[in-house]
Amino acid sequence: MSQKLEKLIDKKGLRLDGRKPDELRPIKIEVGALSNADGSAYIQQGKNKILAAVYGPKELHPKHLALPDRMVLRCRYHMAPFSVQERKSPAPSRREIELSKVIRESLEPSIFIEYYPRTSIDLFIEVLQADGGTRCASITAASLALADAGIPMRDLVAACAAGKVDGTIVLDLMDTEDKVGTADVPVALMPNLNAITLLQMDGILTLEEFEKAVNLALEGCRKIYTMQKEALKAKYIAVKEVEE
Amino acid sequence: MSSIVVRVKQKQIAQLIAKGKRLDGRGLTDYREIKVEQGVIERAEGSARVLLGMTEVMTGIKIEIGQPYPDTPNEGVLTVNAELVPLASPTFEPGPPDENSIELARVVDRGIRESKAIDLERLCVEPGKKVFIVFVDVYVLNHDGNLIDASALAAIAALLNTKMFKYEIEEGEVKIKPGYTPLPIRKRPIAVTFAKINDKLVVDPWLEEEQIMDARLTMTIDDDGNICAVQKGGSGYFTPKQVLEAAKIAKEKAEEIRKKLKW
Repeated sequence: MSQKLEKLIDKKGLRLDGRKPDELRPIKIEVGALSNADGSAYIQQGKNKILAAVYGPKELHPKHLALPDRMVLRCRYHMAPFSVQERKSPAPSRREIELSKVIRESLEPSIFIEYYPRTSIDLFIEVLQADGGTRCASITAASLALADAGIPMRDLVAACAAGKVDGTIVLDLMDTEDKVGTADVPVALMPNLNAITLLQMDGILTLEEFEKAVNLALEGCRKIYTMQKEALKAKYIAVKEVEE
Repeated sequence: MSSIVVRVKQKQIAQLIAKGKRLDGRGLTDYREIKVEQGVIERAEGSARVLLGMTEVMTGIKIEIGQPYPDTPNEGVLTVNAELVPLASPTFEPGPPDENSIELARVVDRGIRESKAIDLERLCVEPGKKVFIVFVDVYVLNHDGNLIDASALAAIAALLNTKMFKYEIEEGEVKIKPGYTPLPIRKRPIAVTFAKINDKLVVDPWLEEEQIMDARLTMTIDDDGNICAVQKGGSGYFTPKQVLEAAKIAKEKAEEIRKKLKW
């Protein structure tokens, strides 16, 4: 492929879509996007279009999986067949199974799971269109869906990736940067507790670059956190306006 | 699982760690004894058996000829699979791979792939048509904690030990010739795993430590001391400070462990 010749950062230091290295893609978040779910959220981050829905707390089936001292969080991250260039088979891939696990583990620390023994919460994430960084955008939306469902939480979880592209550490990689770039570091954070709940990396980074990338990603998480809170408030302001 | 004895022991493990000690006498950043045996299965193109304390993992390499991925027509294919064999633990069940074995395989895969440990371009037979496929099968034989480090070590040990058959192309068909060449390996990625217990990081958790850990963090380090893969697991969290501390320790530990490999 000729992609290796492609310049990901131009002479002015701008990226393919005109962003500065530490700039996020445009983000649009809507809380309560689905009427059937107990909680839901929709996020657009660049060309990513992702829906997250929460059902529960409810009785767990099959019953033998229930835990006497806590609730069980179940998570399914799934990509629509039409979400990527080449049709993706709708059967869950190994990647989707791993991501379902790490997303669940990134959200679990934020929930008071001990408040709901013997129950389960089902979290469904559907990636309708993928543009790089879907696991992070999914976590951002899923955390809002949990909050929208009224589940007691320690903090919202905001997620964002940083990485290395053309020798530069950049924030919020889009599809091409993710594929052609040198490294990708997705991070999820509970900003009020300064707690990292998801951390992965692939690529090659020195210790110093890794530190820089993690710090940049954390900064991105904090920016997204502000947007999350605004989106959550926006839903209730809208409700109030309807009442008036 | 959570009998009274186990609970008491777990409490003791956690309290000791808070004081900087461990129940088995190790320091917080000490590994258990590591034994690496390379070339243990004659039928496989490469193999290794790793003992990490009582954790035992065997990895076998098989090489076949197949089609390349359309986006990398000039490169061989690397496939990593992990089996949590039911004889290894009462908690392992027969059946299709669950999320734990998939995660294990993918973390091992990421270390080898991202460090570019195998020179995949040299595994191309006919661009776009025929390449070598390297199957790395990780077989967990006894589970006493820290499967990731043991599996990653067994995988790279087996790859270092792998012989490829020689071949020639006759009328578009690949013909196997007598003799072998070593698999082209460039890097030896080493995974170093931490458990967070009582807000402290411990290296190489054994099974009972894993049962009480809040969260797990794996860092894979290549020969040049670069980080090539990271994976956080478990339903707890790490502070940014802990992550960077872990990265520094991982770099030192990886260098130590790498000496166990014959190349």
